[in-house]
Amino acid sequence: MINKLEKLIPIVTSISNNNELSINVNHKNLLFVMTFLKKHIDCQYNVLSCISGVDLLNTNYRFSVVYDLLSTTNNDRLRIKIFINEITSVNSIISIYRNANWWEREVWDMYGIYFQNHPELRRILTDYGFEGYPLRKDFPLSGYVEVRYDQTKKRIVVEPLELSQEFRFFNYETPW
Amino acid sequence: MILKKKELNTELKNFTINFGPQHPAAHGVLRLILELDGEIVKRADAHIGLLHRGTEKLIEYKNYLQALPYFDRLDYVSMMAQEHTYSLAVEKIGNIKIPLRASIIRVIFCELTRILNHLLAVGCHAMDVGAMTPFLWAFEEREKLMEFYERVSGARMHAAYIRPGGVSSDIPLGLLDDIYLFADQFNLRLDEVEEMLTGNRIWKERLVDIGVVSASKALDWGFSGVMLRGSGIAWDLRKSQPYETYKDLLFDIPVGNSGDCYDRYLIRVEEMRQSLHIIIQSLNMIKDGPIKSDDFKISPPSRLEMKNSMEAVIHHFKFFTEGFILPHGETYTATEAPKGEFGVYLISNNTEKPYRCKIKAPGFGHLQALDDMSKNHMIADVVTIIGTQDIVFGEIDR
Repeated sequence: MINKLEKLIPIVTSISNNNELSINVNHKNLLFVMTFLKKHIDCQYNVLSCISGVDLLNTNYRFSVVYDLLSTTNNDRLRIKIFINEITSVNSIISIYRNANWWEREVWDMYGIYFQNHPELRRILTDYGFEGYPLRKDFPLSGYVEVRYDQTKKRIVVEPLELSQEFRFFNYETPW
Repeated sequence: MILKKKELNTELKNFTINFGPQHPAAHGVLRLILELDGEIVKRADAHIGLLHRGTEKLIEYKNYLQALPYFDRLDYVSMMAQEHTYSLAVEKIGNIKIPLRASIIRVIFCELTRILNHLLAVGCHAMDVGAMTPFLWAFEEREKLMEFYERVSGARMHAAYIRPGGVSSDIPLGLLDDIYLFADQFNLRLDEVEEMLTGNRIWKERLVDIGVVSASKALDWGFSGVMLRGSGIAWDLRKSQPYETYKDLLFDIPVGNSGDCYDRYLIRVEEMRQSLHIIIQSLNMIKDGPIKSDDFKISPPSRLEMKNSMEAVIHHFKFFTEGFILPHGETYTATEAPKGEFGVYLISNNTEKPYRCKIKAPGFGHLQALDDMSKNHMIADVVTIIGTQDIVFGEIDR
């Protein structure tokens, strides 16, 4: 399968891990590769399972966006990965897989990866007026602000976070 | 000044209403902005995230065992199905084999979970549409099922029972007998629910030809589970990509032919009956044996072993303080959860914590098609469509 694909589409590298095939492509070729994988008779990856962002802090590329495809006709899964940095934007694949819409919004919300030609790239899971990209590795687990109901003002107020105890992160690196 | 008739502006503007997030039919905290033309829905804009707890972020800070209970709390009506997916993902990366008895226990409890979920789905759907009684009957049965959860794990809902390497403890004496007694009588309870609904004129008026999804549209929207099978595509991961002991079990995949809400209701009822077949077969298959992997790096040693062996005590201590290490690897593992394909995309980096754990919730994919499914339907049908999608916000907002 992978030998055949390598002749037809521009694949940078491919890895087979636990019987799961995963291919890396250049983000500029994403639309072409996706169209091919969906339409070609040997591929027919007709379902987009999900899109996940991954933060690769302290490596050559900052982020990777991972597309999990499923072919119900061939009963096969394929993973497509693209690697980008903070300022590159990715082409939206809504024109190919329409359910990419919310998945891309989620990646935008969580990682701040911009998707070109997305019709409504709004935040999706975080609160109205939220700032920052929470799933980035440099975003603290406890966040920056806390929200509470103010009895005197009779409304919800957003305040800088105050922790009564410092956030502790136990990293049990095995000593032996 | 006399107004001439042609100067009168007779154009009506659509008006927008806010549906939820406190509406009882919104199944939790769904906020819908509905654009209405009279009573016809023109656009439904779903605002989600009101139950966002940052599960994926939290999991990155926990070790593999501590991450497990978060999965109970995603879709809080099909708890074990999600623990199961996560455990499978961990086992895949760590190349862990589990004993047969554990595998069969997992299947039994996954199917009990499916019944648990579908009872709520059908019951609440019926209540949203206006039938109160099936809801009460369904919850009585759910109570029995949650008692099974309790007997096996100590918790009625958030069991944390299925763990990487097997299950946390052996099933208590007499539980399998009681599951058999339950399975024996449950068909009759289903018949009663069906008697109330299947031929009911009001129920059919509200469901037939509502929220029709064609097969190609269902695939386009990335549907899975009942939503996909309702549109006539016989796709079930238990059959097509079998895990655990599903390839040895006999069961049918019910498929709809018109893709409307009524078909999906019928499929849910039939799936419960098929789950009963699976449970009965599994009860006949189960034999004595270990219930978790005997590799103490992956699963803790038993109390008995700890009384006799110093090494077991050390393993126990290290297991619960450090956790276990998974080598570099990644996997997308998906199982057929009651709501559809529940997937876990797990990246490990040779430490005891996951580097990234992406949760693919079926409801997230289904809810984004709500706009498309409810277009040009009456506003009351939106409630039916939310019900048929079996929305639970724990998993959508994560």
